[in-house]
Amino acid sequence: MARVVVDVMLKPEILDPQGQAVQRALPRLGFEGIADVRQGKRFELEVEGPVDQAALDRIHKMAETFLANTVIEDFTVKVEA
Amino acid sequence: MTTRIGVVTFPGTLDDRDSLRAVRLAGAEPVSLWHRDKDLHQVDAVVLAGGFSYGDYLRAGAISRFSPVMETIIEQAKAGMPVLGICNGFQILTEAHLLPGAMLRNNHLHFICREQKLRVENAETAWTGDYTAGQEISVPLKNMDGRYVADEHVLDELEAEGRVAFRYAVDGEAADGYGNPNGSLRDIAGITNAAGNVVGLMPHPEHAVEPLIGTGRTDGLPFFTSVLKKLVSA
Repeated sequence: MARVVVDVMLKPEILDPQGQAVQRALPRLGFEGIADVRQGKRFELEVEGPVDQAALDRIHKMAETFLANTVIEDFTVKVEA
Repeated sequence: MTTRIGVVTFPGTLDDRDSLRAVRLAGAEPVSLWHRDKDLHQVDAVVLAGGFSYGDYLRAGAISRFSPVMETIIEQAKAGMPVLGICNGFQILTEAHLLPGAMLRNNHLHFICREQKLRVENAETAWTGDYTAGQEISVPLKNMDGRYVADEHVLDELEAEGRVAFRYAVDGEAADGYGNPNGSLRDIAGITNAAGNVVGLMPHPEHAVEPLIGTGRTDGLPFFTSVLKKLVSA
């Protein structure tokens, strides 16, 4: 089965307090040099059948209507080798 | 004929009981609606109550929005039926695109539970007719994902059309329930659609309807009496 990955991220202009909290914790843990952190979601979809254009179109639609809220989030669809 | 107001229960809804009670205290007939039942059982209005439907999985309200009962509610809301979304119900309404914008994690990342002062901005919606514009009310607020966000042009449009229904009152001490509790843009606590039949807000009017309970204030009751009057006079 082929795997398709959908990554969902908050739009750049939307404040991400979770990412900020992670970024602020890093120096305390000895991890220096990280200027900014933004946190997102990754969906790994195991696709039945061929991952052709029709399947990708369906996944794009799925991401747009359900996996992401496009009012606040952007998403990308990638086929994993 | 008595006016029937439905309250939807999703898996994880918490405030359906209090909402049904508020409906009854206002003088309407409360009707329980189940998320898997498309049938609205002849109700005249619907309340989407607070809680954590589907555990807030994916995003708050994202899964509930696709439940069978919501199909009918979305259709009826577009046809003018009054719908009130409280807290998680507000999140469901934004996910369903019945109201613009979205709700995100509170800017301070903490769950908040307190008495909150609000300013009524629009007293002409189906759910706010018994208030006066500019009136200050106090109702409980309790949530994790209460930060209202929308594009600048959507916010401008909401303001221009008088569709900001409630704002967090900020001119006072935090200890007295004043201030923006979650980083909501332009202090927005609740909004309405253009027609005024769909209203959503984060604070909980259904918890402030009886003098014996909580802070002893009944500032939330007018939501339910407003819609009742609206329906009776319609």
